[in-house]
Amino acid sequence: MAIAADTRATSGPIVADKNCEKLHYISPQIWCAGAGTAADTEFTTALISSQLELHSLSTGRKPRVVTCMTLLKQHLFRYQGHIGAYLVVAGVDPTGTHLFTVHAHGSTDKLPYVTMGSGSLAAMSVFESQWKPNCTKEDAMNLCSLAIQAGIFNDLGSGSNVDMAVITADKTTLHRGFVKPNERSQKLKNYKFKRGTTAVLNEKIITKDDIGKYVSVHELEATGEERMDIDP
Amino acid sequence: MVGKDCVAIACDLRLGLQALTVSNNFPKVFQYGDNVFLGLTGLATDVSTVSDLFRYKVNMYRLREERAIAPSTFANLVSSSLYERRFGPYFVSPVVAGLDPKTGAPFICGFDSIGCIDFAKDFIVSGTASEQLFGMCESLWEPNLGPEDLFETISQALLSAVDRDALSGWGAHVYVIEKNKVTKRLLKGRQD
Repeated sequence: MAIAADTRATSGPIVADKNCEKLHYISPQIWCAGAGTAADTEFTTALISSQLELHSLSTGRKPRVVTCMTLLKQHLFRYQGHIGAYLVVAGVDPTGTHLFTVHAHGSTDKLPYVTMGSGSLAAMSVFESQWKPNCTKEDAMNLCSLAIQAGIFNDLGSGSNVDMAVITADKTTLHRGFVKPNERSQKLKNYKFKRGTTAVLNEKIITKDDIGKYVSVHELEATGEERMDIDP
Repeated sequence: MVGKDCVAIACDLRLGLQALTVSNNFPKVFQYGDNVFLGLTGLATDVSTVSDLFRYKVNMYRLREERAIAPSTFANLVSSSLYERRFGPYFVSPVVAGLDPKTGAPFICGFDSIGCIDFAKDFIVSGTASEQLFGMCESLWEPNLGPEDLFETISQALLSAVDRDALSGWGAHVYVIEKNKVTKRLLKGRQD
C-alpha cells in the first residue's frame, strides 16, 4: 500500500508553507493524507488516532482501517461538513490492505486507487491511464509519485515535494521528501546589510545572569531529600 | 526569523480601527519565559485577550511542572487553545519564536486563527503586511546569520514592508534572542 502527498500549504493565492506534512499518523499501519482546511485535517486525524489507540488497547487487537474510516465519517457527519477535512485513509490490518476516501460531509468511497484535493484531477488522470491491478511495491510507489508530480506541475494549489508512506504487512516506511523536483538553487550573491544600517532609538539588553532583577524565579538544586514546609 | 544559534522577532507599533489610528504604541510581541516569545496580529481585543490567556496558561504550566515552558511545548499549547474555539475563533494569527532551553536550537512557527501550525526553518510572517513581508523575507533572508546581521535583516525587511502597507508602521520593536541574552531595540520608523 502506497500513499503520497505534495508539501504545499496555501492561504488564498499565497503559499503559506513550502514544505508542510500532509501525511498524518493514525496508527503504525494506518496513515492518512489530508486535504481541505489544514487545522481540521490535523486535529481530526489526531483525535481519531487517539480514539483508535484506546480502542485497540481495550480490545487487545490491532486497529482496522474500516474502524478508522467509520470513526472519521461519523465524526465528520456529526459536524455536517463544517469540519473541512477531506481525507484519504490507507492501511494494512489483519483483514488485508484497504484504501478509502472520506469527505467532509461524511461520505466514503472504497476503491483500488483514490485521489483527493485540488490536485486530484491531475493525479487521477495518471491513475486512469497507467494503473494496473496487482502491481509491485516499486510500481505502486512510482505511480503514486507520478500522480502527485502531475498535481505539483499542473495544479496551482499543489507544489514543492512528494512525501510518501509505504505500508506493508510487517512495516511502514515514511519517505519524507521522496522526490524533490523544486529545490531552490543557492543564491549567487546576498543582500546582507552593513552593520548599523538600521536607525535605533532605544536599546535594552537583558542577560540571563541579571534576569533575577526582573522576575523572582530561581533554579533549585536537586537534593536527595525532597521536603515540603508542612513536613514534620 | 531564524539565525545561527539565535532568533529574532519583530512587530510594528500601530493600533488602528480600519484607517483611523488609535495608538502608536501598541506592541504585539509578548514574552513568556527566558526565551519564549509570542507575536500576535489581528483584532486588537483578541490580541489582548489571547496574550493574557497565555500568560495565565504559561504561569499555570510553570507552577504545575516546576520548570519554564519550552517553545515547542508552547506552540502546541497555542495550537490546541486556538482549535478549542474552532467555530468562534479568536481573530489572531500568532507567531512563536524562541530557543530550546535544553539544546539552544532556534524554534519558530506560525499559526492560522484556528490553530494550524506552520513549522518553518527560515521565517514566519503575519498581519496586514504579510504579502509585503513574504516578499522582503524571501529575498533578504539567508541561512546562518549571526545576531547582529540577523537584526539588520529582520529590521530592514519589516521597515520596507510596513512602508508599503497603509495600515502598518509607526515605529517597531525588534527582539534578538540568544542563549544567554535578549536584546530589545526600538526602531526609528516613518510616522505617517
